[in-house]
Amino acid sequence: MRLFCLVSKWRAGAVCWARQLRSGVISFVVNDRSVSCYLLAACTSGLPSGGEWSVRRENREMVTLASRLVGLTRQGQRLAAGSFRMSSHFTFSPRTADPSLGETTKMNLFTAVNNAMDQALASDETACVFGEDVAFGGVFRCSVGLQEKYGRDRVFNTPLCEQGIAGFGIGLAVAGSTAIAEIQFGDYIFPAFDQIVNEAAKYRYRSGGLFDCGKLTIRAPCGAVGHGALYHSQSPEAYFSHTPGLKVVVPRGPIQAKGLLLSCIEDDNPCVFFEPKILYRLAVEDVPKEKYKVELGKGEIVRSGTDVTMVGWGTQLHVLLEVAGMAQEKLGVSCEVIDLQSILPWDVDLVANSTVKTGRLLVSHEAPLTSGFAAEIASTIQDKCFLNLEAPIARVCGWDTPFPHVYEPFYLPSKWRCFDAVKKMTSF
Amino acid sequence: MLASKVVALSRSTVVRRIAVSAAPSVRSYSDDFRLKEYSEKYLGDRKVEFTERLDIVDPKSFPVFPIYRATDSNGEFINPENDPNFSKEEAVKMYESMSLLNTMDNILYNSQRQGRISFYMTNFGEEASHVGSAAALDPSDLVYGQYREVGVLLHRGFPLEQFMHQCYGNSMDIGKGKQMPVHYGSAELNFVTISSPLTTQVPQAVGSAYAFKRAKADRVVCVYFGDGAASEGDAHAAFNFAATLDCPIIFFCRNNGYAISTPTADQYGGDGIAGKGPGYGLHTIRCDGNDLFAVYNATKEARKLALQNKPVLIEAMSYRAGHHSTSDDSTAYRKKEEVDTWTEKDNAIKRFRQYLERKGWWGEEQEKEWTQECRKRILTAFNAAEKVQKQHPHEMFEGVYAELPEHLRRQQEAMDKHLEEYGEHYPMENFKSEAK
Repeated sequence: MRLFCLVSKWRAGAVCWARQLRSGVISFVVNDRSVSCYLLAACTSGLPSGGEWSVRRENREMVTLASRLVGLTRQGQRLAAGSFRMSSHFTFSPRTADPSLGETTKMNLFTAVNNAMDQALASDETACVFGEDVAFGGVFRCSVGLQEKYGRDRVFNTPLCEQGIAGFGIGLAVAGSTAIAEIQFGDYIFPAFDQIVNEAAKYRYRSGGLFDCGKLTIRAPCGAVGHGALYHSQSPEAYFSHTPGLKVVVPRGPIQAKGLLLSCIEDDNPCVFFEPKILYRLAVEDVPKEKYKVELGKGEIVRSGTDVTMVGWGTQLHVLLEVAGMAQEKLGVSCEVIDLQSILPWDVDLVANSTVKTGRLLVSHEAPLTSGFAAEIASTIQDKCFLNLEAPIARVCGWDTPFPHVYEPFYLPSKWRCFDAVKKMTSF
Repeated sequence: MLASKVVALSRSTVVRRIAVSAAPSVRSYSDDFRLKEYSEKYLGDRKVEFTERLDIVDPKSFPVFPIYRATDSNGEFINPENDPNFSKEEAVKMYESMSLLNTMDNILYNSQRQGRISFYMTNFGEEASHVGSAAALDPSDLVYGQYREVGVLLHRGFPLEQFMHQCYGNSMDIGKGKQMPVHYGSAELNFVTISSPLTTQVPQAVGSAYAFKRAKADRVVCVYFGDGAASEGDAHAAFNFAATLDCPIIFFCRNNGYAISTPTADQYGGDGIAGKGPGYGLHTIRCDGNDLFAVYNATKEARKLALQNKPVLIEAMSYRAGHHSTSDDSTAYRKKEEVDTWTEKDNAIKRFRQYLERKGWWGEEQEKEWTQECRKRILTAFNAAEKVQKQHPHEMFEGVYAELPEHLRRQQEAMDKHLEEYGEHYPMENFKSEAK
């Protein structure tokens, strides 16, 4: 039983807590009134007007009441009362922040990102936030309130042109400003690929250090969202991991998001920061209010174990955590779960040391299997831990297809696919 | 009333014709509302009217941007008002920059033919647009180039030795031997290091200009690119960003008629590059790129506008008198006579020299001495650069990141180990044996 969701930014006063009773069953507590219903999907985030909820028709009245109370749009209510759109493929596991970081406040992932940018803008007069639709707060609300606070010349819209956004950001950074660029979806970062790969990544190297764009950070939402299909679901981190000169980072929750984003912004190298968009509203943690950083290039052991090492990042980390629980419960297998956090450079030693201990490694990501970043991890670890490996390294990834619409539940490296891999590798 | 309003706003006779021929509209309250909305919100305060005349505008009916010039091909002022009245010192320095560049190009081109450097690109025929624009900029203005703007760097005082070190990629190269020849850069002289991907520098230049605007730095950015590069998406991005974000920038397009083998007729269908400017809301001028004075005047004026955060597009018309690069034989796609005619009929350097000679600031004797001195200085620098060793191979791993990450440190160690055993198969003698 886990508290897992804080909703209702979109209706004043209606503070809603959702409590997961058992898989698929949600109890709402809305302004002290309790309602329960079947809810197969969590809030999918991303719609400024409200989330979309998909609920199996169980008790129409109850569902409608619950939807009204959490302030769903009419369309959302219709969806909630009738149709089946998607099923939640994971349960968010919140963590507790290091108490030494001071006082905390509840934030979801988008507010944590907002908070990081707010603090970056406050402490650095040269910092600018820009991209498509960021001025009014961004389509995912990440830049809400920043323009009012810091002015139109520091938080502003650009024309709809990703190669321009990236190029412009590089130029800002070359002139010594801190540039925080937003690409609206990771799926649309490819028009900027040339600027990121040929230019940003190589600026310092090719000029012998005369010029650099180290003050550039490019943020982009990534990952599955339930119904994003081909162009609102991609996880493009592996493309960028093949590019010396870049740092590539993916957080798994609000606490990491704030600390890693602040690290990216202040790092002296161009960084690409992918934010799992399904977590924007769904992931809530008590996030330290003050500025803090999470070191780039380092992973984190999120759950200790002795039999299998599982490596993931972003949303998939939560799938792996659930799998670890299942493996313990059903198989008596103890899994160590590592959040890689930084894709480039990545924490080879952390993964290798864990694998030496457990003798088995499973790597899982939403992106397609072939040439996905799991391939890099697997080959490095088999090189470093050959004598310790007791089973072939398993990669549980998206299939080698474009990211599909209605087939999403079958496409994703679900907890059952990961569980099956653990089962097979422990009986290898 | 309607017609005169439109005329006042338009440089185009076509628009005038449309407006005059439109039947007088009876405007309703709704029309007024919509026209106000469209004018103010959609069209950047450009007053728009309805027309009942179905007229799809023929692009060829727009007047073509004229080519602004100050002097004729003998270097004589056509309208004396266009004389920027250079001092002798300024004028002679400009001439020296152009001719020094020309001599350097000749020597380095030939040295590539002899296999002494791996690659080269000359600037033949475009010297005046480099030096004229460079002279009109403030030394603090940031320059982004494509690769054929060496005159700008040279006029700003980049040492001859550094050009040579870069072409050799030796240990004295401030670029540290990482890039192909002619990819120069100088932080000191505010000249951003050249990269090969075309046009990528153009939106970057806009970003830097925006930073200058915010810093209230009284600096502008000048970004150079060719007519071919202007076809890249990045050019579109940059023009649009500069206009919507009001950046202090000068877009300087060198239209030299070719992008490698591709003539401009295969490059664009409109009125050159200048023809695109107004569509983006850029102040625009086309000038004679072989007329140093025209380039200077245009750039000077553009800089004033840019300082008011009005981005300006300059299209300098010239002719690429050399091959595209040392990897190109241009006679495969254009006749030698064409090149010869251009060189004979409109030579930017000769044109400027005629002006100097009429002023009594330059003569045959001086020309001889200067040419000899140029050759001597260049050959001395070139021969010296050839003898300088290259950096230790460790330099290959430096500068990928601000710091040396663990995985690169390990790869460097792996290379060292490999070279310990197999070093004899590598050109170790050309590289320094000590890492710094």
